[in-house]
Amino acid sequence: MNDIRTIALIASVLTLLTAATAVGQFLKRHPDRGLDPAAVNTFNLRLRGWWIMCTVLAAAFWLGTTATVVLFFLVSFWALREFITLTPTRKGDHRALFWVFFLFTPLHYCLVGMNRYDIFSVFLPVYATLFVLARVAVAGDYKRFLERTAKIQAGLVVCVYCLSFAPALLQLPIGNQAGGGSNNFRLLFLLILLVQFADCMQYVWSRMLGRRLVAPEVSSNRTWEGLLGSATSTALLAAVLWWAAPPFEPWQAALAGFVVAIMGFAGGMTMSAIKRDRGVKDYGTLVVGHGGVLDRIDSICFAAPVFYHITLLLTGAVTP
Amino acid sequence: MLSPADTLPPLPPRLPAAGIAAQGRSALCRIAGLSLAALARLLSGASVRWIASQPDTCQRVYFANHTSHLDALLIWASLPQEVRELTRPVAAKDYWSRGIVRRWLAEEVFDALLIDRTDIKVHQSPVDLMLREVGTTQSLIVFPEGSRSVTGEVGEFKSGLYYLAKKRPDIELLPVHIDNLNRVLPRGEFLPVPLLSCISFGPPLWLEQGESKLDFLARARRAVLALKE
Repeated sequence: MNDIRTIALIASVLTLLTAATAVGQFLKRHPDRGLDPAAVNTFNLRLRGWWIMCTVLAAAFWLGTTATVVLFFLVSFWALREFITLTPTRKGDHRALFWVFFLFTPLHYCLVGMNRYDIFSVFLPVYATLFVLARVAVAGDYKRFLERTAKIQAGLVVCVYCLSFAPALLQLPIGNQAGGGSNNFRLLFLLILLVQFADCMQYVWSRMLGRRLVAPEVSSNRTWEGLLGSATSTALLAAVLWWAAPPFEPWQAALAGFVVAIMGFAGGMTMSAIKRDRGVKDYGTLVVGHGGVLDRIDSICFAAPVFYHITLLLTGAVTP
Repeated sequence: MLSPADTLPPLPPRLPAAGIAAQGRSALCRIAGLSLAALARLLSGASVRWIASQPDTCQRVYFANHTSHLDALLIWASLPQEVRELTRPVAAKDYWSRGIVRRWLAEEVFDALLIDRTDIKVHQSPVDLMLREVGTTQSLIVFPEGSRSVTGEVGEFKSGLYYLAKKRPDIELLPVHIDNLNRVLPRGEFLPVPLLSCISFGPPLWLEQGESKLDFLARARRAVLALKE
């Protein structure tokens, strides 16, 4: 039973990706179709990113829960690097940052891997925050104290804490439902699929119908029409794929898809605002020729904790 | 502007690229060097850019802004293997000959050229020493500011670079800009924070005919600063 679901999900995703790749290559070879070549190029680059993402995820799933948690730890670590690199810090923050990178981040992921929801849900937001405040104070530099500590805390919460709810989905006690243990993997895969789909739909709907920009100063391509369109299409896709993650009824899956799309939008807006403030286009400008990890995962960071708790509430699964 | 080919004497013949520096070193030192270089690149997330220049085994002086202890190591690590074997960092003797580990790192692993900052003699100037040591094959990594900058700004250049250029006009002077490494390992800290840094190598420059010391040093400093963007 569970193998049929997994195979069906993998087959659907492969079909979708192959079809999209075929379309992308066709458009690339026929530039006379009247489509913007830059948009086609972006589309093809995005597709390549998804192929890589799917391969890495599939490999991690195949290796098991620990490998997946380690994978997400590495992604978090790199995203936090990009975040702090683009955030001005002072020398007084150095020691605090050292512990943030080499103690708090790995330890948090250890707790996630050990399924200690009771500790990891407060570890970073409470204990790491208290530590950072105290350590920066002890370092003796009081200039813009709140601003500096808030920056470190925001980086930790977005890049590490929120993202870790994605691998934490693997620990939800839904294995006793129809579908067995691989339910959890499909749930995580569904989250990532929905977030990526929502991003894509947001772009498509904005191009087709977009008129009213949400915040022109922050993002020049995110519109209210795009947001509504992407939330609706994502809800539809989730309802169609409800069988992939057995704790959901179709309407529950649709609700989760709707909320995931909105959270993904919020993540993209937030990161755009930070980038605008720092005057850069991509988080990865320091790494030549690649967009940056944080640009790829900003929507997942915002959607993961909400998706996690929706699953908890809707399916009545008890807190692990 | 004069093209360098018009003003330069013919290049000295190149020795086979075996690398004098690499010959006398034990396997342990080479492995230590390679692992330290890999570790430094991993910790500093360094991306390497060559702007209007290419890595080459010809004799060069790499001059860079100095912000962190990792600077020389990271420039060295950013070079391709065959260039690395011919390249020696210039370091301060008062710091790098203190303690067994530092001395071993400087002398054996990186084959650094240690310069006495405190006791500079007229008849034995550091520039003469450097030129004698590198012969006609090796390249150098120097930091013309003399010491690590505290603020992260690039300070005024000391005159050593000018005398190097004057005495050996055939050596290419390659500006290098190191960005963000002062946040990875600031002055006075010994634990690194793994932020992302960027190393940019610029186009080579030479001493122009009749160029004064101050003009040349200002031009060299501008060449480093120009790589910032």
